[in-house]
Amino acid sequence: MSKQLRRVSIVVLMMFVALFVSSSIIQVFSTDTLKSDSRNVRTLYDSYSAQRGEILDANGKVIAQSVPSKDVYKFQRVYADPKLYSAVTGYFTINQANPGIEGSLGDYLSGTANEQFFDNLNNIVTGKTPKGASVQLTIDRAVQKAAYDALGDNRGAVVAIDPKTGAILAMVSKPAYDPNQLAVHDTSKFFATYNALSGQKYSPLVNRAIAGDLYHPGSVFKLVVASAALESGKYTPESSFLNPARLQLPESTSFIQNAGGGTCGAGAKATIATAIKLSCNIPMAQLGAALGNQAIADQAAKFGFGQSVQIPMKSTPSIYPTGLDAPQTMLSAFGQSDDRVTPLQIAMDSAAIANGGVEMQPTLVQKIIAPDLSTIKSLTPTVFSTPISADTAAKVRDMMISSVAGGAASNATIDGVEVAGKTGTAENGPGDPYTLWFTGFAPANDPKVAVAVVVENGGGLGQDAFGNLVAAPIGKKVLEAVLNK
Amino acid sequence: MPAPTSWSPNPPPAPSYDAGPRSTFTNTIRLKLRVPARLRNLELALLVPALGIVAFALVLVQLATSGKTDAGILTLAGLLALLVLAMHVAMRLVAPNADPLILPIITVLNGLGIAEIYRIDISAKLSGWESAGVRQIAWTAMAIVIAIVVIVLIRNHRVLQRYRYIAMFSGILLLILPMLPLIGTTINGARVWISVGPFSFQPGELGKVALAIFFAGYLVTARDSLSMVGRKVLWMTFPRARDLGPILVVFAASMAVLIFQKDLGTSLLYFGLFLVMLYVATGRASWVVLGVGMFLVGAYVAFTTLSYVTGRVNSWLDAFSNANYTAQVNSSYQIVQGIFGLAHGGLIGTGLGLGQPYRTPLARSDFIFSSLGEELGLVGIFAILALYLLFVSRGFRIGFAGEDDFGRLLGVGLAFVVGLQVFIVIGGVTRVIPLTGLTTPFLAAGGSSLVANWIIAALLLRLSDTVRTTPRLVVEP
Repeated sequence: MSKQLRRVSIVVLMMFVALFVSSSIIQVFSTDTLKSDSRNVRTLYDSYSAQRGEILDANGKVIAQSVPSKDVYKFQRVYADPKLYSAVTGYFTINQANPGIEGSLGDYLSGTANEQFFDNLNNIVTGKTPKGASVQLTIDRAVQKAAYDALGDNRGAVVAIDPKTGAILAMVSKPAYDPNQLAVHDTSKFFATYNALSGQKYSPLVNRAIAGDLYHPGSVFKLVVASAALESGKYTPESSFLNPARLQLPESTSFIQNAGGGTCGAGAKATIATAIKLSCNIPMAQLGAALGNQAIADQAAKFGFGQSVQIPMKSTPSIYPTGLDAPQTMLSAFGQSDDRVTPLQIAMDSAAIANGGVEMQPTLVQKIIAPDLSTIKSLTPTVFSTPISADTAAKVRDMMISSVAGGAASNATIDGVEVAGKTGTAENGPGDPYTLWFTGFAPANDPKVAVAVVVENGGGLGQDAFGNLVAAPIGKKVLEAVLNK
Repeated sequence: MPAPTSWSPNPPPAPSYDAGPRSTFTNTIRLKLRVPARLRNLELALLVPALGIVAFALVLVQLATSGKTDAGILTLAGLLALLVLAMHVAMRLVAPNADPLILPIITVLNGLGIAEIYRIDISAKLSGWESAGVRQIAWTAMAIVIAIVVIVLIRNHRVLQRYRYIAMFSGILLLILPMLPLIGTTINGARVWISVGPFSFQPGELGKVALAIFFAGYLVTARDSLSMVGRKVLWMTFPRARDLGPILVVFAASMAVLIFQKDLGTSLLYFGLFLVMLYVATGRASWVVLGVGMFLVGAYVAFTTLSYVTGRVNSWLDAFSNANYTAQVNSSYQIVQGIFGLAHGGLIGTGLGLGQPYRTPLARSDFIFSSLGEELGLVGIFAILALYLLFVSRGFRIGFAGEDDFGRLLGVGLAFVVGLQVFIVIGGVTRVIPLTGLTTPFLAAGGSSLVANWIIAALLLRLSDTVRTTPRLVVEP
């Protein structure tokens, strides 16, 4: 019996050896293949629990970071100054779409971007826990805060760009929200907050700076029309148009008026320069009719209308309509009709004028820094487009300077600094509150910053408000914040 | 053993003045008490770290999942520890020479199983009687009590030989119970359950104990006719046709389980058990050749005709193909998820309570091994497999050292059936063989399996006690 038993013992031993071998194969030798299987949700959840990189402002201060948590995701995303940066950072959820930088640079932050492949390989070999790359933004805390505070309780947005590099110095959308309340791991809790926020009439989740419902630009669009006129070679700032107090639109019984209700300065004729300085509608409408719908559309497209810009979040394309009849073209020439824009686009227009006609690609990202502190990517200023010549840019700039110095944008005046600016007061419909604008740059001769400000709902003043009253002072504070650095 | 020396004709001079037969007598009593107690003391010394490991595992699970400890489950586990100690005390009284390793081994295995089941309950947010962990503790308590009863009642294992035919009938009854209408229940495709009211039970688990007793009793009496006569073909002596009866009956029963209960694992387990006991009893390799041949033919026929067997084999051979992974029936989803879990654990595991074992279906029962593998890593898996191997080898030791052939055969059979079951389940989970629906002994959630395996442990303890108590005069070559 013992002989058989020895043989059976050997068989049992072989069975166990088979189990030892099969477990070793699975748990040691083929783990990498198994972990990279797309159906392996454990890997997916592990990627959530890899420590996500930080988001820093231009000064290196941490805006968003992942701190250890006790649940399966191992880390909790925490936002410092959550509302101040909500339009920039977005929020990080575990299984929903992430907006803002959290979403558009999610692969770098989580460490899964292609550039990080070899780092990850190295981590597997050395057994280190993977960590995502950090993103340093171009957002300057002082400028961001100035814009945020200046907007106050108004609904609206501010975008400030360095015209020479395209670096976005501030991007604020109001009302703001607290990303900490959305970066929760409990999905039902997330949806409770999300639905509450998105269900509001003016949802804080909408980034009004780049992707809101788009705004009527009003008079800030005159900069595009003036550029088109000068670029055509047929007009100079001194080209003049009839100067009545009322102008009947062709094929229509409607009249258009200037903002104050009177003529555009004294005299039977008003120049383009005067029309920009005092923000007159009637001369611009005549200019628009003379240029034609298509010429304005071409110029608008060169500034970036019709394109989605990646900063790296994607902006909603601004719209200048084509195929307009004569009266519609005249209305569109001072930013009414079906003109629709983002504050980003208006800031880009100003930045192009400020930078001698060269429009730089706007971006929020200064640097992407690997966990070992090496730089994966850094901002290299690239030209987005050259919509106008340096000469045209200089002429439009001078008109904008006069608008601030003694015209319709006077509230943007800064002592000791030459500011170029343009206001806008866009109509939205009979009786509806105006949309208020300011765009400009400073110092005019060596611009450090170009800004666009939009305030919805007439800043709470209905139809009594105008751009110079509400938007220009906000723009001024943002410009000052940059100049005071 | 030092005992005989005290009976030597010339006892050494006693230190006391009160010399003579009386002091020799007291010495003897003292020796009798001390020598066997050595084994029980060793058992106790091993039980302390075994219970410690289990308590540590439970605390780790609680700390990892909630950051604090919860007295409730620890109290319940403490009651189990008391029961284990009660079994230890019972053995001091009725089986003092029993094997000292078996109880500590199954304590660790059972406890680790409870910890892991409890851990998955936590992630499923189950508590109270809803919690499979709490039910597992209750079943374990019942299993230990039954084991104590077995070891106290059965003082001499030879009585079991007398009841071999009763064992046979109860074994067959337990086997066919699930096939009966009304009480038979199909769970996860296999009809191996009976349900009475809210309770469900897998009678086949107990059936394996009964059948092991029957096989041992029957083979001890019948082995002469099964091993002596036969016809020589090539170098092997094959049995006469008229002696083929028993193997054909068991084969038929196994195939019936395969076809009607759709339970590949149980079928393989019973047939494997019979074959090994037959071989050990008769010493004829031809039985094994015959048996394996029959089983292979049967399995092949099943593979080509029974769709669930085809499915199982396909999802074993090509588990990772998308067609098998997403199949509606017999998909390899479970097994692949289990393997993902094992891979996630890697060499050292995620740590108890820190992995994601709940992503695998049946993580508490059929896939408890992958759950433990994920959280304890290959290191923990090797430890668990080593414990099983040790358990089986303690059983085989009875076979090597036993005095009576019935006891030896029964010890080998019971130990082998546990070893084979471990191989079938874990081999299925790690893709050594197709996946079947057996439970992992002592670890997996399930009352029937716990009760059956604790009875097996109690019988092995009883057998081992007999081995050590019987003086050995002849050492077998």
